[in-house]
Amino acid sequence: MQSLVYILPELFLFIVATVLLVTGLFLKNIKLINLLAIFSLLVTVILILNQPFQSAFLNSFVVDEFSLVLKVTILIGSIASLIMFVSSKDDLNINIYEFPILIIFSTIGMMVMVSANDLLAMFIGLELQSLSLYVLAALNRNSLLSSEAGIKYFILGALSSGLLLFGISYIYGFSGNTNFNLIAVNINPESLGLIIGIVFVLAGLAFKVSAVPFHMWTPDVYQGAPTPITGFFALAPKIAAMGLLVRFLFNSFGEIYIDWQQIIFFISIASMMLAAFAAIAQTNLKRLMAYSSIGHIGYALIGVACFTDEGLRSLLIYLMIYLIMNIAVFAFLLSLKRNDGYFENISDLSGMHKNHPLRTMLIALIMFSLAGIPPLAGFFGKFYIFVAAIESEMLFLAIIGVVASVISAFYYLRIVKIMYFDEPKEEFDGSSIKSLNLLYYPSSILIIIFFIYPSPVINISEYAIQSII
Amino acid sequence: MSEIPILSILIFIPVVGIFFMLLIRNNDDQSSQNLKHTALWIAFLNFIISLSLLFSFDLNDPDFQFVEKYAWIESGISYHLGIDGVSILFVILTTMLVPICILASYESIKFSVKEYLISFLALETFMIGVFCSLDLVLFYLFFEGGLIPMFLIIGIWGGERRVYSTFKFFLYTLAGSVFMLLAIIYIFISTGTTDVETLLMYNFTTNEQLILWIAFFTSFMVKIPMWPFHTWLPDAHVEAPTAGSVILAGVLLKMAGYGFIRFSIGFFPDASEFFAPFIFSLSVIAIIVTSLIALVQEDMKKLIAYSSVAHMGFVTLGIFTFTVQGIEGGIIQMISHGIVSAALFLCVGVVYDRLHTREIARYGGLVSKMPFYSFSFMIFILASLGLPGTSGFVGEFLVLLSIFSINTYFAIFATTGVVLAATYSLWLYRRIIFGALIKDDLSEMFDLTRREIIIFLPLIILTIFIGLYPKPIINIIEPSTEKIVNQIKMKLD
Repeated sequence: MQSLVYILPELFLFIVATVLLVTGLFLKNIKLINLLAIFSLLVTVILILNQPFQSAFLNSFVVDEFSLVLKVTILIGSIASLIMFVSSKDDLNINIYEFPILIIFSTIGMMVMVSANDLLAMFIGLELQSLSLYVLAALNRNSLLSSEAGIKYFILGALSSGLLLFGISYIYGFSGNTNFNLIAVNINPESLGLIIGIVFVLAGLAFKVSAVPFHMWTPDVYQGAPTPITGFFALAPKIAAMGLLVRFLFNSFGEIYIDWQQIIFFISIASMMLAAFAAIAQTNLKRLMAYSSIGHIGYALIGVACFTDEGLRSLLIYLMIYLIMNIAVFAFLLSLKRNDGYFENISDLSGMHKNHPLRTMLIALIMFSLAGIPPLAGFFGKFYIFVAAIESEMLFLAIIGVVASVISAFYYLRIVKIMYFDEPKEEFDGSSIKSLNLLYYPSSILIIIFFIYPSPVINISEYAIQSII
Repeated sequence: MSEIPILSILIFIPVVGIFFMLLIRNNDDQSSQNLKHTALWIAFLNFIISLSLLFSFDLNDPDFQFVEKYAWIESGISYHLGIDGVSILFVILTTMLVPICILASYESIKFSVKEYLISFLALETFMIGVFCSLDLVLFYLFFEGGLIPMFLIIGIWGGERRVYSTFKFFLYTLAGSVFMLLAIIYIFISTGTTDVETLLMYNFTTNEQLILWIAFFTSFMVKIPMWPFHTWLPDAHVEAPTAGSVILAGVLLKMAGYGFIRFSIGFFPDASEFFAPFIFSLSVIAIIVTSLIALVQEDMKKLIAYSSVAHMGFVTLGIFTFTVQGIEGGIIQMISHGIVSAALFLCVGVVYDRLHTREIARYGGLVSKMPFYSFSFMIFILASLGLPGTSGFVGEFLVLLSIFSINTYFAIFATTGVVLAATYSLWLYRRIIFGALIKDDLSEMFDLTRREIIIFLPLIILTIFIGLYPKPIINIIEPSTEKIVNQIKMKLD
């Protein structure tokens, strides 16, 4: 019974989601449901902030500094995508009241993921999260692309869940435990079966964070899903999966880090390089953002590969900055539309600075930030990652990292080039949507002024990692 | 005076200016004129404030002055500003050139005026920051941050091949600089600080020095630029708008030279000594090869761009002699080049605004139509080739003097560069200014307007003043240079 108190935020969200599901049937006001959902997510943030640090259900669910920080970050991402939904639901013609509810369910799943300290809890969280995402991807029933994205995501996701489950069974078989801490205590470093288990679980998790070579779904799903949902994909689930990955590797297999470090090492390099080259050829903005997110995950994985508290700290800093930048990018994407709907092609941005100078300037700055050019926030994310890499003597990773960042600067610059240097096309719909202003102005200002006072983000990250190492 | 954070004020006045500019409408000619005036006043105010630096600067103190230090990112990385005799002149050069650039853009920039001026003010912030920062991370921040406005200035308001040029400029410089970033991080991890003052006292092991030196060198080599990594410069210069070229030649190249003096030889004296012959060879090759290339150019801007590479060769020659004369010569050469090449690009801009071509063959015989212009152009051409009595002479002379004491062969080759410089400069002048005025469209040419005279006058005065009486400049530079040289000698022993 005591344990139920410890999962109060999750429980609260679950009750809210169920209640909203029923009321939604009678109450045909999507806007109101969405507002209620946003409000309940805000309440959840408060609940989380006031929660005592405890472990529940026989230590399979822990509430600590790490989970607190990640949960709040995830909730910010979810709230942002709900705001995006409000502003775009009429244009996209997806008047489906389940949207906010699915987001809430997915959020619960992610909260369980970052708190999971047991293979089973981990799987439950992951599946709850993924199933909601499959439905979300296919939400726009009238669109062929959206349905395709949903199916593709579901099939590949199911496969990866299968791999994950297979790996879990290996780990359980060879260590006799499902609890991360108990696995760590009873670990047998010589056991090959355990390594196989780790490899399979990592393959499953790499799919969830969309790291190379398990990234194939990302561009298609990003492109096919309605933009607010793409935004959600880019924001919250990656952060949650990253948190889970860290806890899984650090808590249970810290002792044999040599074995998994090289796997992370490889997928990190592969993600950075593949994304840098593949994105150059993209013409669709959402596909480009998909590759961009693959690249960013590659950088974040450097932080995991270091296996130091410095690395973990840099990972969290990176994830927070990544969240802010993606909120800004997707809010901007939604704010740009021309009579027949949102545009998808990069060339649609052509010459937009003539008609929308302020917005263009902010988008350009966000692009520079994504490319990691100082003094914008994106630079600091990379800076800390490289600090961590060099400190743990992974100079090679750092060099690949900077080379990839120069290459990827090219495609971010291409967007700036198209916005500024090319001939203008017709004007966009001038009316900027109020609720989106709420997202992109604060986030882009945060990106620009981050360098003046970076300490809060750094302190939060330092606070978060103390429970892991 | 020391209580006022004057360097921060200098750095952030343009930023405040940007906020003001964002509030001004930009929809007709009148408002864009207002924008230009506002930007000009902001930049001019900054110049006046920077002059106050000169008056309260203690000439006998070789250490950093006007120091400001606040906790910034974490322990070891702080917001640390300060200037000494080496950097103060660069700060003033920057604040002087920016108003001139804005004034020079009054007629030539026709669209997106607001963005243009904002880019320029942002660039000023970054450039001043580079010369003032006494923390490596802060330095890197400003050093790289300058790429963003420059990318836009070349890309939006540039010539026909602007996209290619600006991408080349951006990616080249970025690729060079990221290795410096890794080196800075390595320094941070192994010493626990990126504070320049502390690091100047720190002794790196020889192996560390070699690697770190190369990492810093890749960045500065591309930026200064040294042969064979200079190819981005002619492209960037040719396509950039006049003011962009001015600031590129006048200040951006100097950031790398300043970096060589402050960091490369300050932190890594052993490595610098080890690599000095290598630098000398590259510099001498640069001086001769780029001078020869300059001879055959048909585009005025390209010619001046190649001559910049040659002049920067003298700078690196001087710096790596590790003598007081050499480093002083390098600094004066940079200051002089900052004034003279900026002025030459402005000269090109004047005729470009009238005829819209930079092709040398299209001109000829301008002296009969544009006497004042011909006169100022002559002063700068003579300064550029290092005629005694102009600023160009002082720097080149000191550098050649110091290199002679080190190695005669390098000195001989470098001196041939001076002859070549005279050849291409005078030939350029002859082709544009002298001869008969036979081309029809040239008959429409008119002489300098009042605005253009205001632009050229301070530059002419400075060029001649530094050439005839370099003492005040040397007085400012000398104590700090001596300190740097002594430190190197101490570390090498």
